[in-house]
Amino acid sequence: MEREERRKERLDRGIKARTEGLYAIASWREITYLLAPRASLIIGLLILPLVLPGLYWQRVLALAGVYALLALSFDFLAHRVGLVCIGGAFMMGIGGYISGGLNYYFGLPIALTIPIATLAGALICTLLWLPCLPLRGVYFAIITFMFPHLATSIIIAGGLLGSTEGLSPIKGFPNIWVGIYLILGLVLLTIFGLRRLCGEDIGVVFAGIKDNDQAVLASGVNITRVKIYALYIATLIGCFAGAFVAHFSGFVGVSLFALDFSVMPIAACIMGGPGTLAGPALGALILAPLSELLRGFGQLRVVLYCVILVVFILFKPEGLLSWVSRRYHQIERWVKV
Amino acid sequence: MGEVLIYGIVNGMIFVLMAVGFSFVYGISRLPNFAHGSIYVTTGFITWSFINNTGLPYWLSVILSLIIVFLAGVAIYQFVMIRVRGMPISEIIVSFAIALAILEGLRLQGIGGFKGFIGPGYVLPRFIDGMLETPWVTIDLQRLLIIAVGLLLLGFMWLFTHHNKIGLALRAMAQHERAALMLGINSDRMANIALGIGSTLAGLAAIVVMPLGNITCESGYTVLTNAIAVCIIGGLGSWVGTILGALILGLATTIMSAIGGTMWNNVLIFGLIILILILKPSGLFGQQKELQERV
Amino acid sequence: MEEQKETIIKVRNLSKSFGGVKALNNISFDLPKGEVLGVIGPNGSGKTTLVNTITGFVKPESGEVFFKNIKLTGLPPYKIADLGVARTFQVVRPFLSLRSFKNLIVPLWSPRARRFAGGRGGDRDAVAIDLLEEVGFERDAYVPYKFASALPLGYLKRLELARCLALRPEVIICDEVFSGLSMSEIASMVPLIERLQRRGVTIIMIEHRLRELFSVADKVIVLNFGEKLAEGKPDQVMQDEKVIRAYLGEEINL
Repeated sequence: MEREERRKERLDRGIKARTEGLYAIASWREITYLLAPRASLIIGLLILPLVLPGLYWQRVLALAGVYALLALSFDFLAHRVGLVCIGGAFMMGIGGYISGGLNYYFGLPIALTIPIATLAGALICTLLWLPCLPLRGVYFAIITFMFPHLATSIIIAGGLLGSTEGLSPIKGFPNIWVGIYLILGLVLLTIFGLRRLCGEDIGVVFAGIKDNDQAVLASGVNITRVKIYALYIATLIGCFAGAFVAHFSGFVGVSLFALDFSVMPIAACIMGGPGTLAGPALGALILAPLSELLRGFGQLRVVLYCVILVVFILFKPEGLLSWVSRRYHQIERWVKV
Repeated sequence: MGEVLIYGIVNGMIFVLMAVGFSFVYGISRLPNFAHGSIYVTTGFITWSFINNTGLPYWLSVILSLIIVFLAGVAIYQFVMIRVRGMPISEIIVSFAIALAILEGLRLQGIGGFKGFIGPGYVLPRFIDGMLETPWVTIDLQRLLIIAVGLLLLGFMWLFTHHNKIGLALRAMAQHERAALMLGINSDRMANIALGIGSTLAGLAAIVVMPLGNITCESGYTVLTNAIAVCIIGGLGSWVGTILGALILGLATTIMSAIGGTMWNNVLIFGLIILILILKPSGLFGQQKELQERV
Repeated sequence: MEEQKETIIKVRNLSKSFGGVKALNNISFDLPKGEVLGVIGPNGSGKTTLVNTITGFVKPESGEVFFKNIKLTGLPPYKIADLGVARTFQVVRPFLSLRSFKNLIVPLWSPRARRFAGGRGGDRDAVAIDLLEEVGFERDAYVPYKFASALPLGYLKRLELARCLALRPEVIICDEVFSGLSMSEIASMVPLIERLQRRGVTIIMIEHRLRELFSVADKVIVLNFGEKLAEGKPDQVMQDEKVIRAYLGEEINL
């Protein structure tokens, strides 16, 4: 008996002239088709704080925003520049300690501490990781991963900066709305900003480095210097996240260097859609509440992140966002051959 | 003074034991083996479980653990790494995730009755009890055993890669994968074997070194850091580099412990790594292209 | 006239071994500005190693390379490209994930190209399309916008050359730029090389296709097992006994 052969057929929705990502828009309907998903996500995000039931979930949302920033930083470095940096927790800690410390020891206002922490923290992180940049990916990844441990050891062993108790209280935001909309606004800003950056000429150079470093060298470009730029930008994002958390929670301590902040962004990134920049943010928004619900289970969360990560990389490497977007743009069906 | 020297050498050997598995796997298959530290700790716990929960004799537990760990290494490659082979970013991320899942998974408590491995109660028995007294220094036999095992292991590895067919095939893969493929060497099988051997080496290191202290999950991270440190400082691609790098680290950490206490060891190691990276990025004895960007 | 041309590339006693194999053995030569030098020899004779050592991708064991009296040996590859010595790769290395014209944005972004463009660099996309047209991409077709992974080899080789040209180099080293191309494709590449030479660019060409090479080369060097067998004008060199023996082998006395 002959087996029926089937193949999957993908048809573009009959709405437009489209080729490889460029759209020729000819009607309101088409504009809506393109804008609707993006607009609804953005508006949805901005409305979310207003509809959430209670302060607790609003804080979770803010935390999700923090994770989103870290995920964006990781995604940018890993999938746009080809640099795997697992040091999210280190950026958090540096940003948090600088910002919190400035407020705790010197009484500087939030409007000053956060910018200073972001800029200075990024500088510190970049300088510290600078010598490791020419190394192969693995070594860079391991070293950046170990930095939070190192920082924790130094702080505890040296009894610095509040040691195990941390510093508190740190001045918080005037009210929670400022905090939430600050972080959400920054998430959106970062997504747009990074996308814009990658569209610029330097973004092409980033892509070149990720693709093929020999050819970049032969083109007269100093790869290490370009990586420094990329690293600085990524650490800006990460340190801001740390500075934000310091003020939002009113406390800085070695918990800022926790494993969570390094691992969860990666899981969020892979799950959400590596390389898309919006995907990781989405992933973070999904995983953060999930991790809150599992708070009682200790280290299960980290194991869970890792499992999600592995499953997605092996079986759905394109991530959720790309998958959804593909379904939106194309109709798939099985067709008899 | 003599004490510092001998303990420094012992520590150096410990570094060697920790690093050999990692550099072996990475050198052969270019696969990052984040799970190195996790396997180290896992072996300790498995052996402990065999001894304490099933009452098997020590030597049998050791052998069984090593076999299990070898199979685990092969399984990691066969079921996971093989699918991401060739995509460097994914390789790193996946390897990292597995390592972390294992390491943190060992800390889990209360899931389905599984009590996590936390706390200071886990100790592996030593092979040899007793001390050696010499005019200069007193040292326990376990530490001497470490030196012996280390040297034996290095010798064995050298012989293996130079005179055994499989070992030679592995070396061929490390030097030039394409050429090896053309000679009929099955890259996947070799990578399987490499990962298995690497895991076994990590396990062996665990069995020999862990009796000196407790089995903790933290040591998983330390082992990974140490292995990396040896590779970076000594440089990849040469046994001499690995040994000398390990010895330097061993002596340095011993001196540091004597002066300031073990808490600063981590900092010292990192400081040395960064120093070498600034001064001589390819490591003290390494060939340049091993450590840096592919040229 | 020839005596007044300055020597733009000086190679002195270049040697390099890989493991036990001596890839380059004491190679020396001078290259006057504006000339086309051909480097030929059987496979494995060290030609690509020569290119790699000159352009900084491989460090030689001993010997030096000078470009306008600047020592190149020891400099990183991007610095050498920045000084004005560009190279193509024998196995083409385009940026496969980028579109063809975007491939050129990378060299156009480099400090050297920016120096020539004056300040900010302007509209690199337009410059890229112009460059592609110069090497033979059809301007009005879709080809320049295709992803590099979709281009056939002939176009990729030209893309490599365009990548070099984006740097406005003074010396271009072409590593087997004719290999793998059909006769008609080569026939369209030769005028490009001639045009470059007329512009004053010094060219070193590693080649196997002797006929096409000899039609453009002023001078030829023959390498075999890492040693320089002969140097001179193309027809001179091909008469040299050592060269014939290297290519065709020895006479067998039966």
